[in-house]
Amino acid sequence: MAQAAAAKKRRMSKLERKNTLIAYSFIAPNFLGFAIFTLVPVVFAVLLSFISWNGGALDTMKWVGLENYAEIFNIDKVIDKFADGIAAVQAGDADWNKLMEKNFLYFFNRVDLGIALKNTVFFTVVTVPLTLVCSIALAIALNKAVKGAVAFRTIFFFPYVASMVAICVCWNFMLMKDGPINQLIMGLGINFNKSWTADSTMAMWAIILVSVWRNMGYYMVIYLAALQGVPVELYEAATVDGASKWQQFRNVTLPQLKPTTFFASIMMIISCFKIYDVVAIMTEGGPGRSTKMLVTYIYESAFSKINYGQASAISMVLLLIVLTITIIQFASEKKFAND
Amino acid sequence: MSQTISASPVRQIRKDNPMLALVGKILLYIVLTAVAVFTLIPFVWMISSSLKLDREVFVYPIRWIPETFHWENYSLIWQKVPLLTYFKNTAIIALAVTFLQTLTSSFAAYAFAKLRFKGRDVLFMAYIATIAVPWQAYMLPQFIMMRSMGLYDTLVAMMVLQAFSAFGVFLMRQFYQSVPTDLCEAARIDGLSEYGIWARIMLPLSKAAIATLVIFTFVGTWNDYMGPMIYLTRDVNKTVQVGLRRFIQENSSDYHLIMAASLCSLLPVSVVFLSLQKYFIEGIATSGLKG
Repeated sequence: MAQAAAAKKRRMSKLERKNTLIAYSFIAPNFLGFAIFTLVPVVFAVLLSFISWNGGALDTMKWVGLENYAEIFNIDKVIDKFADGIAAVQAGDADWNKLMEKNFLYFFNRVDLGIALKNTVFFTVVTVPLTLVCSIALAIALNKAVKGAVAFRTIFFFPYVASMVAICVCWNFMLMKDGPINQLIMGLGINFNKSWTADSTMAMWAIILVSVWRNMGYYMVIYLAALQGVPVELYEAATVDGASKWQQFRNVTLPQLKPTTFFASIMMIISCFKIYDVVAIMTEGGPGRSTKMLVTYIYESAFSKINYGQASAISMVLLLIVLTITIIQFASEKKFAND
Repeated sequence: MSQTISASPVRQIRKDNPMLALVGKILLYIVLTAVAVFTLIPFVWMISSSLKLDREVFVYPIRWIPETFHWENYSLIWQKVPLLTYFKNTAIIALAVTFLQTLTSSFAAYAFAKLRFKGRDVLFMAYIATIAVPWQAYMLPQFIMMRSMGLYDTLVAMMVLQAFSAFGVFLMRQFYQSVPTDLCEAARIDGLSEYGIWARIMLPLSKAAIATLVIFTFVGTWNDYMGPMIYLTRDVNKTVQVGLRRFIQENSSDYHLIMAASLCSLLPVSVVFLSLQKYFIEGIATSGLKG
């Protein structure tokens, strides 16, 4: 009896082994490539941020601990400035605005990483709501029975598939000193006669403009799908209750779209933090450092300055931000699933 | 998709006050048309400028229709830029990546969705964990590795870089999970091997998912800018995007030629998009959020 059971178990485990082997043969082609070209570099990236190396021979690598991080945060100088600021406040001869700019906000005003963070956050904070509003509005408009909805949808979506270099250089020209956009603005009686990308304030807005223009069609498609999932009964009930169009929008449409809005925002925030192409093609981070972003800074450290350790440390800052946002998403996904 | 749009809930309800409804409708069309114009204007300007002389591009006031059409700009760019080489390289990379990505990820996704084996969840976790890691965070170590493998400035580098992404496995697994497991069981009882089930049942069933993956990968690879910029330095290896960028940097005031070349670079993807847009839109609608 026991022998038979053992034999059966052996047979089973042999079968199991065979099944496992088959399963692995399915996974192997993709996983090998994935492991070599993604997993290993990810681990390597973390290690590299603690190493000083300029890409030379392997034995020139030096373990430096947190030095790369201290360097990108310029931590000594930032602390010094902060202490100076506090001393000045205690001495009582403080010009508050000047102290803020020169001492307390030294990191965000002078240090490359601080500037890149500030720019990236500013870009994200403006771009995400703008894109959301545009895409919801377009989706709601197209969700009404309009003739040519498919044509409109195709048009709105098209920028998303158009290649970055072509559209960015085209926008660059259009936003030039004598370009059509400035002609339009001048026509409205506003005196602005400068290339957008050569102006330290307008360069950022040029990038925001192109980003919103390019992405609104994509999120519109997501919202269109979500709108079609809103039960008709809800609107019927609202109409019976005498709700106006605006009240229906506020109390039916928006709440029903909440999960979509949440996920779309998360996706957008992450992609905003990874922005590179538009900046690289339109402004190259300039003028000055006014459109320098996190990834622009990584690229510069890695491939222009060839400071691999420093570039990796900045990469880790980016990674940490994106991971935090992703964790928030996962946590809230559970909450939304329970709602 | 077009039908679902016209069968909208809002319309069915609004039957009162026809005057107001008409005004609303007209307003709606005005807004939609305005946004459509805003969306298309760069492309219109691109076409218009590509047919002008360079000194005509920025005249005041702007002329949308060129005085004379300078079609010769389009033959000129083919002499000034090795566009054909760029197109060929991009096509090779995009096709190879699309093929490898679709094949290997549908293969792996089948095992993740329909087979039970030791280590499945751990392996899948590895995919999940890296999907959240931005490429820009590990592009440098990846570059160092590729260079040490002798792949710097080769098309192969661009292929392996993008062919094994976690996204494809994710998308296909999600789809395969919706296929009833009974179907696989029945096939197994009929004596089909696992490979047979994948080839004869899963693949034919997943045409829509594969179409989505194919166009997303193709367009993504075709439009990729940062990867080729880091890896491809010699002109014979450049893709359309980086080649166009180089042309722009070297001839920055030949506005008309830049616009003509830009327009050419847009054409292939536009054709793919316009002919397959149904799959595009459906793909985003069903998987865009989770992708």
